[in-house]
Amino acid sequence: MLDDFLVRAALAGVGTAVGAGLLGCFVVWRRMAYFGDATAHAAVLGVALALGFGTSITLGVVIVALAMAVLIHGLTGQGAAIDTMLGVLSHGALALGLVAVTMIPGQRVDLDAYLFGDVLSVSRGDLLIIWGGSAVVAAVLWWQWSAMLTTTLSPDLAYAAGINPRHAQLILTLLLAGVVAVAIKVVGALLITALLIIPAATARGFAQTPERMALLSVGVGVFAALGGLRFALVFDTPVGPSMICMAAALFGIGTIGGKLRR
Amino acid sequence: MPRLSGTRRRFMNLINAEKIDFAHGGQRVLHGVDLTLDPAEIVTIVGPNGSGKSTLLRLLIGALKPQKGRVTRKPGLRIGYVPQKLHIDPTLPITVARFLNLPHRVSRQDAQEALETAGVPGVSDRQMSQLSGGQFQRVLLARAILGKPDVLMLDEATQGLDQPGSASFYRQIESVRRDLGCAVLMVSHELHVVMSASDRVVCLNGHVCCEGTPEVVSVAPAYRELFGTGTGGALALYRHEHDHGHDHDHHHHHHEAAE
Repeated sequence: MLDDFLVRAALAGVGTAVGAGLLGCFVVWRRMAYFGDATAHAAVLGVALALGFGTSITLGVVIVALAMAVLIHGLTGQGAAIDTMLGVLSHGALALGLVAVTMIPGQRVDLDAYLFGDVLSVSRGDLLIIWGGSAVVAAVLWWQWSAMLTTTLSPDLAYAAGINPRHAQLILTLLLAGVVAVAIKVVGALLITALLIIPAATARGFAQTPERMALLSVGVGVFAALGGLRFALVFDTPVGPSMICMAAALFGIGTIGGKLRR
Repeated sequence: MPRLSGTRRRFMNLINAEKIDFAHGGQRVLHGVDLTLDPAEIVTIVGPNGSGKSTLLRLLIGALKPQKGRVTRKPGLRIGYVPQKLHIDPTLPITVARFLNLPHRVSRQDAQEALETAGVPGVSDRQMSQLSGGQFQRVLLARAILGKPDVLMLDEATQGLDQPGSASFYRQIESVRRDLGCAVLMVSHELHVVMSASDRVVCLNGHVCCEGTPEVVSVAPAYRELFGTGTGGALALYRHEHDHGHDHDHHHHHHEAAE
């Protein structure tokens, strides 16, 4: 069954949607969209470095995305205007990655696969990384859910309950790096943030509790992944962007539907 | 002997703050602040805006670290904290029932009882965002008491409530104290309500200006300098003026002028 590249692509899409859908809720609640961008763009630099040093792409992406996540975490502790700093880091890392790739001697590297995803070439090893990564994200969120939710509502409430909100923030940034590593093969560095935000935002209008929003978000993500894949096959469009288009369409329908219902 | 009683006293205290200094962005907010809280007492911190009241509370719960001095909490101290205001991001759906289960699960019955104690029965299926200001604060109170706290901390908890609303809110606090036997530490600028309900009042303006029972504090010169007599209707002052009937100084600042 796994010999079929379409099956592998579908499994990759679904696996990514699970991790991104769950974590995406926190990204939306805590307004971390910019963090997602910065971490994802750093991944391009990670790809360049991995190619340069001849190591595994995933390893390079994880290391650079983690480094960016920790750097951002440190900066947010300073309480400075973080928006501009994130903009600089995010686009600086992206540009540096694009430049660095051209300087790798010997080979011309096609970066498109990492910028926009290449889900149809997903291997068994990639699937292992995707499902393993998503499982880790889901497990950590399950384990830390209450503390994270309390922190998200109010850091002071967390402190009063003996929870350190900085820990929750650090865990979220680290998980973000994990999701980036998982999703880069599927939708590419440029569209990872979309996969985090759009399903969660779509689920918002139909959920009464945070937990239901998270589950719904996963559902929307899975539907968008499979729908996008099908769309791409029928109309011969790139798969990653098609998945995001599908998610955005669902968001549009959900928003309009919600308005009409009221 | 003083040494012995000193250690014993510290052992008994729920919270003990010693000589706290705190600066934010180069601005000195608090300096040399001492504060202790004993079981089951109601202590109110009063002071003009910008006097460091909220900062002090956040130091006591551990959200901030003092640059000098130290805060000791009794090991295992349970704090029920009611913040000044709580902004819930509109993208986060959450019902009252779910909110009460944070960070620890509570039984449905306990949640109902807490809502009743706080004076808002029957809101548990509502979205937090649909509550009125008064209901919201009471739900915050209900969540705080669900943890069976040793101390209840309220930071301007009645901000945004009208006068009858805040008066009834404070009556609720007193009955909660009676039921739970917890200490209460609150911050307020509403002298008239707060003073009457407190065992002890701490007057704060960057440092502790004066401290004592409401009767003692209300006649302290430092307090009068901060709040003056222009706080129309302030119960303690009212009481003072009737107790002594010799208030000759009509040039005190209104407390808002002292900001």
